[in-house]
Amino acid sequence: MRIFGENGVRRILMLTAFSAISALLLIALFILNEGLPFIFRYGVSNFLFTSEWIPAKGLFGIFPMIMSSIWVTLGAMMIGAPLGVAGAIFLTEYAPPAVMKIIKPTIELLASIPSVVYGFIGVMVLAPIIREYFGGPGLSLLAGCIILGIMILPTVISISIDSILAVPRSYREGSLALGATTWQTTHMVTLKAARSGIVASIVLGLGRAIGETMAVIMVAGNSVNIPSSALDSVRTLTANIALEMSYATGMHRQALFATGVVLFIVIIILNSIASTAIRKRKTYK
Amino acid sequence: MANKIEIENFSVYWNAERYLNSISLEVKMNEILGIIGPSGSGKTTFLRSINRMNELETGFKHEGLLSMDGNDIYSPDTDVVLLRKKIGIVFAMPVPLPMSIYENVVYGVRLSGIRNKQKLDELVERSLTEAYLWNEVKDRLNISGLRLSGGQQQRLCLARVLAMEPEVILLDEPTSGLDPISTAKIEDALNELKSKYTIILVTNNTKQAARVADRTGFFLMGDLIEIGDTRKVFTSPVKKETDDYITGRFG
Repeated sequence: MRIFGENGVRRILMLTAFSAISALLLIALFILNEGLPFIFRYGVSNFLFTSEWIPAKGLFGIFPMIMSSIWVTLGAMMIGAPLGVAGAIFLTEYAPPAVMKIIKPTIELLASIPSVVYGFIGVMVLAPIIREYFGGPGLSLLAGCIILGIMILPTVISISIDSILAVPRSYREGSLALGATTWQTTHMVTLKAARSGIVASIVLGLGRAIGETMAVIMVAGNSVNIPSSALDSVRTLTANIALEMSYATGMHRQALFATGVVLFIVIIILNSIASTAIRKRKTYK
Repeated sequence: MANKIEIENFSVYWNAERYLNSISLEVKMNEILGIIGPSGSGKTTFLRSINRMNELETGFKHEGLLSMDGNDIYSPDTDVVLLRKKIGIVFAMPVPLPMSIYENVVYGVRLSGIRNKQKLDELVERSLTEAYLWNEVKDRLNISGLRLSGGQQQRLCLARVLAMEPEVILLDEPTSGLDPISTAKIEDALNELKSKYTIILVTNNTKQAARVADRTGFFLMGDLIEIGDTRKVFTSPVKKETDDYITGRFG
């Protein structure tokens, strides 16, 4: 059965691989082409650092959205990173292997729940609780942080577990044999050796949090303002694009593309940090 | 000489499969006990039973008695962390921890709460000297232990055990991956160390046991075939299997 021959197969596979890369390139070019001219025409600092977003009057300052995105992401990290890393440490160093075999795939399953479902739970369960116990509208920065914190857990836990398991067993044995307790071994040897992988897991979680759209739109309230407390209603960069894209025209539409450019650059930076950290882990051994 | 470690009818099972069959022997104070035998004969399992390293893996079960200074090592009251401080082990594969030479040596001692810099410095020099490594590394104590050669790494692993001032040192084929010069250095170190420590040396190299061990035990398929003074085991062994193994006619 030689329909294509070795060379034919090679060409087809190459075409497939390049189509993935060219899709990325096309998207990047398209966003930059639509967004960059606007940014320069409107002024970089006007666009990034003024707080008036009133498309009808031709005012396009995205500073409130930038601040909201930063706060939502930081808040999500403060919830997701410690929980995720602690969970990974428990599963790798303390739990019996059988428990790990059951729990790890379960956690990874969390990643496949559609974000609209997270948002739905946030609206129906979380927002009323926040409204009741902390005050404010409920749909808020805090709700966004909690929902995103849970959404990044699978990323943080599963990559942290992989990097902790990649630490040679002999390091642990060497430390335990010298009379170290499990916890001493974990934080003096294992975590140090796995550090770059754990950092990568957190940075990838960060990327996921900053790029998340649907769940944030549903739970964060979406009013354009610079949050002064965790109970304020906020609108993130992603939410801004998604909410207004359907009716935007002209300058307004270009301003939304420009918002996309900002997001795109932030996420590229985060991903390169993560991949540098992961590469460091591999050369380490 | 008094017995440091006493072992009676000690058996080990991994997932219900038997790896050691009812071993009985004593280790005398300040002797080097050599353990020889082909791969898979249970030497390492035996050694790692003594400081309870085996139980770090799942499926480990044991029977019988293993005691040091008359205290049951497997008693539920035994503090395993303390036990491992008293019984140091050097593994077959030299694995320094991913930190500097200095930090490797003081690692265990720091955990026991010694923080005094001068005391640690003295300890590093003494342990590395005892392990025949000091002259080679004294000018670069801050480089990573992982950058040393295999032979140096193994002596570093010995030094970090010595720094703990244990009572017993277990060596699991410590020279199996080393060149003859590094091997000789480790053997020299052992000969000097036995005045202070009780040493159990598992080795694949029968000549090494003949060179350094006071007494030698021969393991085969999880059984202790024979144990006695090294000279006697090597010159006039009682069992035919022992004779076959040490003369290389095995198999």
